[in-house]
Amino acid sequence: MNPIILAVAVLAVLGLVGSIVLVLASKFMAVYEDPRIAQITDCLAGANCGGCGYAGCADYAKAIVEDGAPTFKCAPGGDKAADAINTIMGTETSDRPSLKAVVLCNGGENCGKRFNYQGIQTCAAAASVAGGPSACSFGCLGLGDCTRACMFDAIHVKNGVAVVDRTKCTGCSACMNVCPRHVIDMKPIAPQPVVECSNTERGAAVNKTCKVGCIACGLCVKNCPQQAVFLKNNVAVIDYTKCNGCGTCVTKCPKKVIHWVEGKPTSVDAPVPEHQVL
Amino acid sequence: MSNFAVFATIFFNLILVNNYVLVQFLGICPFLGVSKKVDSSTGMGLAVIFVMVIATAVTFPLQIFLLDAYDLGYMQTVIFILVIAVLVQLIEITLKKYVPALYTALGVYLPLITTNCCVLGVTILAVQDYSKIVESQGFGLAYAEALICAAGAGVGFLVAMLLFCGVRQRVESANPPESFKGLPITLVAAAITSMSFMGFGGLVENIINALV
Repeated sequence: MNPIILAVAVLAVLGLVGSIVLVLASKFMAVYEDPRIAQITDCLAGANCGGCGYAGCADYAKAIVEDGAPTFKCAPGGDKAADAINTIMGTETSDRPSLKAVVLCNGGENCGKRFNYQGIQTCAAAASVAGGPSACSFGCLGLGDCTRACMFDAIHVKNGVAVVDRTKCTGCSACMNVCPRHVIDMKPIAPQPVVECSNTERGAAVNKTCKVGCIACGLCVKNCPQQAVFLKNNVAVIDYTKCNGCGTCVTKCPKKVIHWVEGKPTSVDAPVPEHQVL
Repeated sequence: MSNFAVFATIFFNLILVNNYVLVQFLGICPFLGVSKKVDSSTGMGLAVIFVMVIATAVTFPLQIFLLDAYDLGYMQTVIFILVIAVLVQLIEITLKKYVPALYTALGVYLPLITTNCCVLGVTILAVQDYSKIVESQGFGLAYAEALICAAGAGVGFLVAMLLFCGVRQRVESANPPESFKGLPITLVAAAITSMSFMGFGGLVENIINALV
């Protein structure tokens, strides 16, 4: 027999047998799956980005239907996806948090330089040269990759550090994803203090590189009436399930690292609602 | 050597001396990609053992009775890929129906290794010289040897994953020079782990010969 025909025929027969076996298997061994899972998967952005914290869009859809996971976690899908899911699931949308970007660094001109960087003027390029030109290897590089990524003109470099205009920010997290130093984080919009430093080195090392870095002195931890602040990797971290926005840490911080994200402090009696916690 | 000694030699040889990942450099992508945590590397390792044994169980007779019998050896790669892909899908459907606990435990790793080079490598290398052995020793024995070979390769993969996972966790907590951070230091660590396995050459046969 002609070897070409034989080869094609063998492969075709094997493929056919395989597909028949698979079709039969999926028919006879089908596991009932809630049809809503497929519907919700269609509503999601379909990028399988994992931003929701699940393994992919299908996994998140499954978690919504079977475990009652919150419906607002699909950031690329945004409000549209959340509304569509709520229609399918018959749930309310009221518990959706509004997250906006915040830069966890206020170094900029307060931060020393290790060398004078003359290369391509992007953060990504600068960060890849011997660990970056800034003395602090955790902080904002100030070359504006986030500014270029932002479609809403909401983040700008001021005095060498990126600052978010929270009135314009839509919480799309484009800046967070593009930042090579990962100093941009998404935080809820309630007026809360934020520790604007990401340096995990010890206090003495931080003092050498930055005038406004967290030295992990623990004054905020000791003074917080709610015990909402703790130290993790030599940086103060605020637990927003406990924080009531009293502002003690903002005034006590000797290095002025803790700031109000919304600009103006307002006292909140009740703890921040759970859905606004990151 | 008795049959048992041959089986033991093959099995431990593939774990230590001819380890698929660390000595033959197959399946490097999951070795570097999923070895960050102990539980994910265990899941991947178990899924690989499972698929390797079942894939060899199917491809070995296919090689002898289809490819060798009809002189189609040149179609080995494409046919093996096709068969393994169908097989993994079939296993996934079956597990989902009858053993949901195992299905969730193996999770995403099962479809992930459909045509992993490590799995394909085992199925191809396991049939490499076996047409002669089938002639001299009969099909049954050769088949058993191929299955032991696949199981050994799978266990070797799991051992390599777990060992490297431990190495990686030490590397994470170390403080290498700036330019070595991340992937470079991981590759250096992988190279050193691999070198340590080179030292097992010839060891297993001598031990088993001495014991039996």
